[in-house]
Amino acid sequence: MNANAAAVRVAFPSNWWARAGWLLLVVYIVYACSLLDFTWARFMIGLDNGARFIGRMFPPNFARWETLLKGLTESIEIAVLASTLGILVSLPIGLLAARNLMPVWVTWPCRLLIALCRSFHPVIVAIVFVKALGFGALSGIAALTVASIGFIGKLFAEAIEEISLKQVEAVRATGAPFMNVITYGVLPQVFGRFIGFATYQLDSNLRNSTMVGIVGAGGIGGALFAAFQRFDYDFVCAMLLSIIFLIFAGELLATRVRAVFLERGKVDEE
Amino acid sequence: MTDVALSIKGLSKEYTRGKPVLRDISLDFGARGFTAVIGPSGTGKSTLIRCINRLVEPTAGAILFQGQDLVKLSGRALREARSGIGMVFQEYNLVERLTVMENLLTGRLGYVSPLKAWFRKFPQSDIDEAFDLLNVVGLAGFANQRADSLSGGQRQRVGIARAVMQHPKLVLADEPTSSLDPKTSVEIMTLIHDLGTAKNIPIIVNMHDVELAKRFADRIVGMSGGVVVYDGAPAGLTDVHLKTIYGGEDWLRA
Repeated sequence: MNANAAAVRVAFPSNWWARAGWLLLVVYIVYACSLLDFTWARFMIGLDNGARFIGRMFPPNFARWETLLKGLTESIEIAVLASTLGILVSLPIGLLAARNLMPVWVTWPCRLLIALCRSFHPVIVAIVFVKALGFGALSGIAALTVASIGFIGKLFAEAIEEISLKQVEAVRATGAPFMNVITYGVLPQVFGRFIGFATYQLDSNLRNSTMVGIVGAGGIGGALFAAFQRFDYDFVCAMLLSIIFLIFAGELLATRVRAVFLERGKVDEE
Repeated sequence: MTDVALSIKGLSKEYTRGKPVLRDISLDFGARGFTAVIGPSGTGKSTLIRCINRLVEPTAGAILFQGQDLVKLSGRALREARSGIGMVFQEYNLVERLTVMENLLTGRLGYVSPLKAWFRKFPQSDIDEAFDLLNVVGLAGFANQRADSLSGGQRQRVGIARAVMQHPKLVLADEPTSSLDPKTSVEIMTLIHDLGTAKNIPIIVNMHDVELAKRFADRIVGMSGGVVVYDGAPAGLTDVHLKTIYGGEDWLRA
């Protein structure tokens, strides 16, 4: 390139807005750290405390295995029931919320409902249900069902919005009634992803079902919280180990389910 | 043309107001015969075909088919009319993740209740017919393969078989060979042509390959700018007509 050329040609124009944005982020992080006493010294003091806590957790104490098992099975029941119920309800809602298949006056209320279900963390929803329905597993199931509807409904609607309308058009052209267009033109295109969402949600509900008990909505969470407050750290350890085992088992199951449903066509998912 | 099977009268279509894609088209189609609709891209060939089975809503006009005006139909009556009109698409439009057999049986969805369709309970006669058709289009043994594992030519064969499964009284094809190589194109056109002859039904095919159109069609309709500029036998189509249809003339000199 000739150095005497009239002007230096720039391939990439500098973006001052982006630079200002990054700078702002750095300034905010420093400010937030100073405000919250987020310092290394404070962390080191905490570590000492943590070491004593962990020391008291071992060896884990499985003496009250009946309480543990009862809580664990209740958690599993909550997760499975909430997942099933949530999936069943979110299927039609997700379908009705898909903007490429439905008119605006149908999608709008469905999208609002999904957004509502997603606005709060399951624990907050569980607190509301405990107040409304009383202590116990029913509230936990209700809370996790709401969470499942929000999650699967949203992803299912988005999956439907990404389908190929050419395939749908071909099914419509055969004179198929609406429900047949859905089962032959739409569902085959989203089935693989739907299995993915459903197994992920079951996995997520298993984890959350061990937690809603803390606010009194059933499952092992209640016993865990009580043990914490009584400083029964060896029993806490036993429960934590059981939960880890449960989550691993759930993960394994989800993988199996995906394999069974999706191996048929060696699905090229994402 | 004494026995008219399909009659298009004054058909117009505007996607945006004031910009018509089709302007006052009137065409009659006999009870049998292969009509090729030729014309440049964007001249409304696809729109014309899609207006017939109402995948696109006409703005004005009437389409008379089997004693009723298709433009006025809605709901169940429209679906019943559609189930008698087979359609073959440029990009095959198979449901990719369904098997070849399921795609063929899709052609029967206008006749099977949603509950039975959900459980894949099709009448045995439909299933037997589907297997026979697979033999006819040269895909015997492919019944349980997924549609997305097939080649372009194979997919279009499935697309044609799906249309035949409808027991159509009319077959529409929208550029059925535009995504295929020349040899496969001829094979697919032969298949569509023979299907029309065997079932004794009219076939309307959009295409932009003039030579292919001349080879297979009994009648050629040339469109340009949303109006019909040629309508007659393939033999009568001259360079003058092609110049009117496609514009320019440099491309005609070999």
